[in-house]
Amino acid sequence: MELIFEISKNGKKAYTLPECDISSDKQIEQKYLRKQDARLVEVSELDVIRHFTALSKMNFSVDSNFYPLGSCTMKYNPKFTEYLASLDGFCMLHPLLPQIKGGEKLSQGALTIIYELEKLLCEITGMDEFTSQPMAGAHGELTGIMIIAHYHKLKGEQRKIVLIPDLGHGTNPASAAIAGYQVRAIPSGKDGLMDMGCLKKELTKDVAAIMLTCPDTLGIFNPKIKEIADLAHKAGALMYYDGANLNAILGKARPGDLGFDVVHLNLHKTFATPHGGGGPGAGPVGVKKELAKYLPIPRIKQDKGELSLDFSMKFSIGNIAPFYGNFLVLVKAYAYIILLGGEGLVEASENAVLNANYIMHKLKDYYDLPFKRACMHECVFSASKQSEKGVHAIDIAKALIDKGIHPPTVYFPLIVKEAMMIEPTETESKQTLDNFISIMIEIAKLADKDPQKFKEFPKTTPVKRLDEVKAAKDLNLSA
Amino acid sequence: MIPGDLKYTKDHEWAKIDLNHAVIGITDHAQKELGDITFVEVPETKTILKQGGALSTVESVKAASDIYAPVSGEIIEANEALADKPELINQSPYEKGWLCKIKLSDPKEASKLMDARQYEEYLNTLKK
Amino acid sequence: MSYVANTKEEKSEMLKAVGINDGNIDRLFDDIPKSLRAKSFALPKGKSEYEVTRDIKKLSSRNNTGLISFLGAGYYDHFIPEAVNALAARSEFYTAYTPYQPEASQGTLQAIYEYQSSICRLTGMGAANASLYDGSTALYEACMMAIRITGKNKILSDMSVNPIHRKILYSYTGNLSIEFKEIPLVHGQSDRKTIDEYLDDNTAAIILQNPNFFGAIDDFTDIIKKCHDKGALAIVSVYPISLGLLKTPAEMGADIVVGEGQSLGMPLSFGGPYLGIMATTKEYVRKMPGRIVGATTDTDGKRGFVLTLQTREQHIRREKATSNICSNEALCALRAVIYLSIMGKEGLKEVAGLCFKKAEYAKNIIGKIKGVEVKRSSPTFNEFTLNLPKDPEEIIQKMLAKGFIAGFPAGRHYPDLKNYMIVAVTEKHSKEEIDKYAKELESALWS
Repeated sequence: MELIFEISKNGKKAYTLPECDISSDKQIEQKYLRKQDARLVEVSELDVIRHFTALSKMNFSVDSNFYPLGSCTMKYNPKFTEYLASLDGFCMLHPLLPQIKGGEKLSQGALTIIYELEKLLCEITGMDEFTSQPMAGAHGELTGIMIIAHYHKLKGEQRKIVLIPDLGHGTNPASAAIAGYQVRAIPSGKDGLMDMGCLKKELTKDVAAIMLTCPDTLGIFNPKIKEIADLAHKAGALMYYDGANLNAILGKARPGDLGFDVVHLNLHKTFATPHGGGGPGAGPVGVKKELAKYLPIPRIKQDKGELSLDFSMKFSIGNIAPFYGNFLVLVKAYAYIILLGGEGLVEASENAVLNANYIMHKLKDYYDLPFKRACMHECVFSASKQSEKGVHAIDIAKALIDKGIHPPTVYFPLIVKEAMMIEPTETESKQTLDNFISIMIEIAKLADKDPQKFKEFPKTTPVKRLDEVKAAKDLNLSA
Repeated sequence: MIPGDLKYTKDHEWAKIDLNHAVIGITDHAQKELGDITFVEVPETKTILKQGGALSTVESVKAASDIYAPVSGEIIEANEALADKPELINQSPYEKGWLCKIKLSDPKEASKLMDARQYEEYLNTLKK
Repeated sequence: MSYVANTKEEKSEMLKAVGINDGNIDRLFDDIPKSLRAKSFALPKGKSEYEVTRDIKKLSSRNNTGLISFLGAGYYDHFIPEAVNALAARSEFYTAYTPYQPEASQGTLQAIYEYQSSICRLTGMGAANASLYDGSTALYEACMMAIRITGKNKILSDMSVNPIHRKILYSYTGNLSIEFKEIPLVHGQSDRKTIDEYLDDNTAAIILQNPNFFGAIDDFTDIIKKCHDKGALAIVSVYPISLGLLKTPAEMGADIVVGEGQSLGMPLSFGGPYLGIMATTKEYVRKMPGRIVGATTDTDGKRGFVLTLQTREQHIRREKATSNICSNEALCALRAVIYLSIMGKEGLKEVAGLCFKKAEYAKNIIGKIKGVEVKRSSPTFNEFTLNLPKDPEEIIQKMLAKGFIAGFPAGRHYPDLKNYMIVAVTEKHSKEEIDKYAKELESALWS
């Protein structure tokens, strides 16, 4: 398809602007001006509409395709929340309004949403206080680790290490490292659970925190999680909960009850705010009471029914976001939680887990299941059987694309060879799952019978398999 | 085939040692594991390295591999051709795909490296 | 309500299929020991869509968005063509995820490639990433990038760079051994003398902003040259709308460009989502954090787009990644590229011109108010600074009652500037509004 720059034609125009209603001959001195106009496009409004509409049709999306991308929780995104987030009362509000004298009174509605959402997230996770500021999961991780670092520092301790299971999300070690920590990976045993012997050996006085997902990236809930937390606390370390997989356990277990001290959530996963093609997300962070004083400023405080911003916390880690987080995303998550209520959230988790187990049971005779135990919200298969014939996880992914299904996450977690991580979510129907299952079985049979065929897939997409080596070698990053 | 006249490390680097100098590269096994190499950070001459110190990074589309110095010394020459043609490592890991030449500061260190037979045995243990 | 798609019968059939015959769905959670079950889950009862919509709409009306605002401070109220909203509301865009499977995501990928191209054309730089969270986090990432490139650890931080952004930078790096040297504020342009004094062989980078927090326009060419002579990089934060007119950071020699992209089609939205712009020279692409889309060809030789240089990123490099960032702000980048396509070459120039001219008009009439001094030590773009004869905090409060947000009290971030107020004007302000503002400001000061 053409680039928008390729349809540009001098003299075309897609904008209207108010006429300049003041007369002024003031000019900016030449030395401060750009030598040439920015080479932006010149097109008509319809050109723009057609171009981006055509592009949108080249995407798989939840609204058009089953999208069981493991670890990403691609559930249905309700439409009424989009409407609410587009209201002028939210969109047109300047974030500095409550920071000027007298402005707090004029932004009570927005402050209420953040305040109430933070309270709801506390009850959902069993934590004592939340900040809505982090703008994505990884941003939440960094914020959480900064809180942990602050806690140790103010205790006069210089702990240098963060322990992370080898199957953790890549963001975990990256976040710990950029916050100044060394990272040690804890291996998983044959049962897919953390190697406790190794943990005990690594858990020295130098460890600041253990950072993990629960259920983990294999979709397994570690029954020894409390024991791990107790060991950590005994060694003076804190427990960090990566909330990427919270959609599995709403109302069943809460990180706060399991012994976690700091959690981050991904509102774009568990609470149905859209992923936007890779953002914006929101990654609020919750902490236990003892850590609340370290939360980033400002905090929203309530006094006699009026909400206000508090910048006075002297132990805070400081500012981590310009304002109060990705506010419009917070509005959507808040609306979703209020609509579902407690019962609805539990029902969501139960059915997310049921859907994943259903797929696991129906496919286990066709694909290798590296860890044979009940899964939670996602199940991890290995294409090892198929790869012996030369059909790899990536080939299966491309075959699924031709069937109109977005592939599962492949090659993650790293400890599973040829991993395929399937997360159906609760919003998919049995009909959709059955269709997926029968396609996966068909693919397994084809892999056995005619492995060569896979090199052709996908055939139905706007482009066929792309040369990623060329992309990385002959860099072409802009037109 | 694993060339008999080279020394090897467990990180799959090779060194061709000639009195006070060594030419360094990565093994055929290493390039196969990485797949199509898309980028090589060409080592900078005059850098002084300790045995085991980071020397370079070699990247494919889905992996990045740190390369460590098999021996201590100063880099006196680097294979600049790799900047434009990283695929030389895939095509010719032991010849045209060499990374750099080091002037040895401690020629005795070479004894800590594996010879071809030991490296082959080591590769066999990895297969299991 | 939970958007669960299955009937009761289907659920019990599925439970049977997984070996649970008594219909008790809770048995799926047997791996969670009884002692670890949730101690409480006291959430309100669910509500209907009608009720939730009604209640949240009511909350939205408790925010006053009817005020005429002259408040900017890095975040501006520009006109957004409705086509931006219409296209960004296409759910094929917003319900997709990161384009990990390129053949199924060409829409998102090409849009990001066009966004990267537009940012390069706007800033003059050689390469842009697919966006970061916002302007402040982009500034932080730029500093980390400069430290990686130079192997040095001192950053010169010009105090006329947005103070909110600098505060965030300092809190992120609190646990690392990075030395920040602040270049004190002088009226108008950045203080060359102190920069000369502080710049040394250990300097990784300087951070500068154009126009600066007080609205002043600068040309950093001389400063950047001196930085390069010392082996330091120059990080320049930009206000993208101003680049319709102003000298580009590339023309000044900048190495890394960052900016808050909110003004490119994002409403103010009480703080987000916004857009973190980042661009650099071709030389430093591999050291840049964040996702990057590249063009390539498919097996038939047809052009297509993929995520590239992924070995920099956390999902491959883990603790050795260039950054921990995973998601970008793809939907905001989409809004930006649509906005820039609609405004185009002429439109952006026109918007920038309107902002400048209207701000000059405002400066002129406000400057006639008794006791009000307009700071004129350098040219400005759409924002300027007033020295008021009374406490701006009080004046701003008085003006709220008159229906205006008068500006930003500089004393909030600069204790020495207690009487200063920063005023922003955009293409949306009419002459009538500016006249009325000046009148009300005068009466707030003197009656």
